[in-house]
Amino acid sequence: MSAFRVMKFGVIVFPGSNCDHDAYHVISKHVGQPVDFIWHKETDLSAYDAVIIPGGFSYGDYLRAGALARFSPVMKAVKDFAASGKFVFGICNGFQILCEAGLLPGALIRNAGLHFISKHVTIRTENQYTPYTNELKEGSVLSIPIAHAEGNFTCDDATFQSLEENSQIVFRYCDETGEVTDESNPNGARSNIAGICNLDRNVLGMMPHPERACEELLGSNDGRNIFRSLTASIAAASN
Amino acid sequence: MKAKVFVTLKPSVLDPQGKAIHHSAEQLGFQQITDVRQGKYFELALDASVSETEAQAAAEKIAADVLANPVIEDYRVEIVQ
Repeated sequence: MSAFRVMKFGVIVFPGSNCDHDAYHVISKHVGQPVDFIWHKETDLSAYDAVIIPGGFSYGDYLRAGALARFSPVMKAVKDFAASGKFVFGICNGFQILCEAGLLPGALIRNAGLHFISKHVTIRTENQYTPYTNELKEGSVLSIPIAHAEGNFTCDDATFQSLEENSQIVFRYCDETGEVTDESNPNGARSNIAGICNLDRNVLGMMPHPERACEELLGSNDGRNIFRSLTASIAAASN
Repeated sequence: MKAKVFVTLKPSVLDPQGKAIHHSAEQLGFQQITDVRQGKYFELALDASVSETEAQAAAEKIAADVLANPVIEDYRVEIVQ
């Protein structure tokens, strides 16, 4: 009896996605599971356990970041996939797309300082009871790079309150010691929010790029914890 | 017929681009500007067979579903002949 079945990952590719190969590399090399690129015209995701919506500039960020990608045929399938409890992981532009598609609350607007920011930041694990963080401890600090101009998470007061009450805030920008401070907030995000999940916890969106932090050569392998958690969750879900 | 759609950030949403434009306008010597908010303007050209009521309804739907993100933005539609 095999305790560990083969898991199938998909990385969705929109015109303008550019972190799709990074995500593919991490799944195939570090997670060690089969992974496919899924062109945005596809409408069937039934073969997959988890899909990653990668970073980049889908549709050139025309209109608003992520706004046009949500009309791609694959997004209807992604909604059904998420509703069935399967895992949907949006990174950077993927997070923006999930918000625009209504799969996650809130919106990502222009960075408070207006600049495109590309650097390593530290984020604090706020909730370790999610499929993406179960291998982490609450308060764990991860070093993961960001690379965005529209990462400033915003939402109204009622939404913020419900995010807090339901422990949907998964990561916050913090300093190296894990203190959540104004100085450690790179983009003006409300309450230093770097990543949130949906109520059912199977959909996660985050601005930092864990797929770029999976090998020491790149400056950090903290991102592996997130992929390791996801792998454990898929294994648990299928038992 | 044309539908004009104006999309503006909700008053509660921070507008860093508007702030930067405000500073630039001040550099031009206009010190009396108290605030600048940046928005978007769209013109939808419509077939002559569409009635004004239909045009209004269509533009409102397009504005709500595509042109504006209701989480952060408001919109206003004007129909012109």
